Amino acid sequence: MVLLGTLQLTDEERALLAGDEGPGVRRAMEMVVALARIYRAERLLPIGSAQVAGVSYANIGDAGLDFLRAWADEGARVRVPALLNPAGMDRQAWQEMGVPADFAAKQSAIVAAYARLGVRLTCTCAPYLLEESARLGDHLAWSESSAVAYANSVLGARTNREGGPGALAAAIVGRTGDFGLHRSGERQPRDRFRVSAPLETAADWGALGAEVGRRTQGVPWIELEGPAQASADSLTEAQLRDGLRALGAAGAASGSLALFHVAGLTAEARAGLVAPPAGEPQVIASLRESYERLDGDTVPLDLVASGCPHASLEQLEAVARYLDGRRVAVPLWLTVGRGVAEQARDCGLAGRLEAVGARLVSDTCVVVAPLREMGITAVATDSAKSACYLPGHQGVAVRFGSLERCLDAAVRGRWA
Amino acid sequence: MTVVLEGRIIKEGTAEGTALVSPEPIGFLGGVDPATGVVREKGHPLEGESVAGRVLVFPRGKGSTVGSYVIYALARNGVAPAGMVLADCEPIVALGAIMAGIAVVDQVDLSRIRSGDRVRLEGGTVTVG
Repeated sequence: MVLLGTLQLTDEERALLAGDEGPGVRRAMEMVVALARIYRAERLLPIGSAQVAGVSYANIGDAGLDFLRAWADEGARVRVPALLNPAGMDRQAWQEMGVPADFAAKQSAIVAAYARLGVRLTCTCAPYLLEESARLGDHLAWSESSAVAYANSVLGARTNREGGPGALAAAIVGRTGDFGLHRSGERQPRDRFRVSAPLETAADWGALGAEVGRRTQGVPWIELEGPAQASADSLTEAQLRDGLRALGAAGAASGSLALFHVAGLTAEARAGLVAPPAGEPQVIASLRESYERLDGDTVPLDLVASGCPHASLEQLEAVARYLDGRRVAVPLWLTVGRGVAEQARDCGLAGRLEAVGARLVSDTCVVVAPLREMGITAVATDSAKSACYLPGHQGVAVRFGSLERCLDAAVRGRWA
Repeated sequence: MTVVLEGRIIKEGTAEGTALVSPEPIGFLGGVDPATGVVREKGHPLEGESVAGRVLVFPRGKGSTVGSYVIYALARNGVAPAGMVLADCEPIVALGAIMAGIAVVDQVDLSRIRSGDRVRLEGGTVTVG
């Protein structure tokens, strides 16, 4: 007898919980039901897709590998599209990246276990760049924090920030609990920000996101005015999208941002589904402090990295254009989903990037690759999210600045 | 004297063992050695104690969500708690316990349980003594 409290299950859901489809599905249903009960959901919701984090061997280790294999052995398989987050290495070019062979063997085994579970081996945090992955109002179970912020905010879909096992469980039963950001009331903004600082580059948007993430525990409402609005107006659609992704990624890294609204720009604000909260806004007139907080003081660099979240084709094009005719002196990684890398190859962009010495790195990023084991101790990046995580999680020194400044540093071999 | 406490089932099952009570939350990633089951968080009230085979009683989990995998690893290595009793279970412990197959009950009045007490979990009932 399972006491379900206020949670109502359909007959089909009860059958899954009873083990009618085997022990692996029952285990997944137990996980989904436990989460639903902890958060006092009254029902489960069908989901359109899941996005599953917990892939890097550096992160989940042998225990994670053992569990995924055991779950696959129990017959668990996903029943909705499930997209895999980045792994700890480029699955094709790990040797050239300098990833140790024993790490690579474990990493390959983890990816193979996900494949047995039916998860698509997208290995990206930005699955939305190549396909329409969700629409306004869709319920999802996504887990990588920047993808969650993007899906909720820019696409207007509905997902909590699921843990890796929770998202996978949701994919296996095709459902998640109706709580948190699945509910309209929880999506209303609480904290109001008025931003006038210019937002010309993805780094600026990221610095803003880091600042907003630090200042709010809830859902922020962001209004742009003056130079901020002027810069937003001057950006292309792709640049604006990349700015919003940088904002969400950084806010999720510096705080716990999972949904933000920007007046006139994000999905639910545009659709009139949310209104500005009452009260005086907090004013952000300068991003200097946020930049200073994210930036370190190392001068020599082992690596310059861009593409966290995974870069768009437009961002790759900007690198090729800026570096045209020059050549980098330290490794420059452009981390991208494999699909975007293939597009770059098809249109000749990959060749131009190779000519300046840049490396397209797929399936992974600087947040989850085993940097220390690869001898990397100092990284420059235009990603505020990376700058948040690298010192603490990876133990490497970081410099943070605009893409142009990072690329100049890559050419010079040192930060200036 | 036997005390019977009622709670909410997070992971169904039965378990029996000697209570190990922590007044502080437990972070499994970095806080508990997956190979030995020994609590290694510096300054933690349970530092140096082993959770293996005990009924682990604590307010809630804390820290990294990778802690779920640590709970699973404890079970794989044969050093997991027999069961867990919490005040407020959160997703890290809930998912870890389901992955590992460890019975968990929460929303229990922990002040009624002392380290060393004999504790039995069955359904949502926690019997002490």
